[in-house]
Amino acid sequence: MIFVATIRVLPKAEVRDPQGEAVRGALRSLGLSVSDVRTGKEVVVTFEAASEVAAREAVRLMGNELLANPVIEDYAYELKEGVPA
Amino acid sequence: MTRVAILRYPGTWSERDFQHALSLVPEVESDILWHEDADLAGYDAAIVPGGFTYGDYVRAGAIAKLSPATHALVRFAEAGKLVLGSCNGFQILCEAGLLPGALVRNSGLEFRCDWVHMRVESDTTPWTAGLRGAVLRMPIAHGEGCWVADDQTLSDVEARGQVVFRYTDERGVATAASNPNGSLANVAGVCNEGRNVVGLMPHPERCSEALLGGTDGYRVLANLAPALAGTAPAIYR
Repeated sequence: MIFVATIRVLPKAEVRDPQGEAVRGALRSLGLSVSDVRTGKEVVVTFEAASEVAAREAVRLMGNELLANPVIEDYAYELKEGVPA
Repeated sequence: MTRVAILRYPGTWSERDFQHALSLVPEVESDILWHEDADLAGYDAAIVPGGFTYGDYVRAGAIAKLSPATHALVRFAEAGKLVLGSCNGFQILCEAGLLPGALVRNSGLEFRCDWVHMRVESDTTPWTAGLRGAVLRMPIAHGEGCWVADDQTLSDVEARGQVVFRYTDERGVATAASNPNGSLANVAGVCNEGRNVVGLMPHPERCSEALLGGTDGYRVLANLAPALAGTAPAIYR
């Protein structure tokens, strides 16, 4: 079965995000009352797995071993069956 | 003769500088090993040099963590062999879980290429024997050198004396102005609990002879042979 996982990685709440702070300043310069910005990344992975259970296990391996560093980042994901549009 | 393996990943750029600096140290010989087939058998120490492995994609050091050389390095460290990581090498050691904490974007968002001072906080590592309290001057060149850890980890690391180097002014006083990247507690380098693995953001290999503007890096690298021979001024375990 083909799966598409969309994995979103963000710095943990207690970790300072200097990139987010810079973006916040820039957004404020547009005249917006922006209170907080957190920046991260989104990774879209197309892969094969035998079942949805196996696919979720694979995504957790991707998240824990490479895409996020548990010391500084959290991740969340959405999983869909099929091929990307 | 002490044998040192210098690991080269795609994007490593300080391996020849390290090999040159180590060539100045008596009783030390080194080889540069390509990461895909790095066999660490027969080596006493391994060095992970600076660079931008895999273009710093995902996070600095994140992809190098999954290289065969890093798996071999973890076993090497677990066997008590000596490991030193500098700059991107420090990032790789943290990503691989060999050292506590993580290195994130410099708090000022700038890439910092400069000379800094740091105080040697612990002389009970193989690389810093006899240097406790010494204020060393070394170059840095990094965009992601801000060392962070959660409160518990920082407290444990401090209590166990795992902070090996701390950014200070030239008199050895840790100030906000002497911290080039926003590192927690001015941390410039740490060791593992076993004290055989040390990582630091500055570049000892780039200040190992007077021609390059400083020799404090040599003071760190020259500790290697005495540490292994058991003749260092202080033992590390």
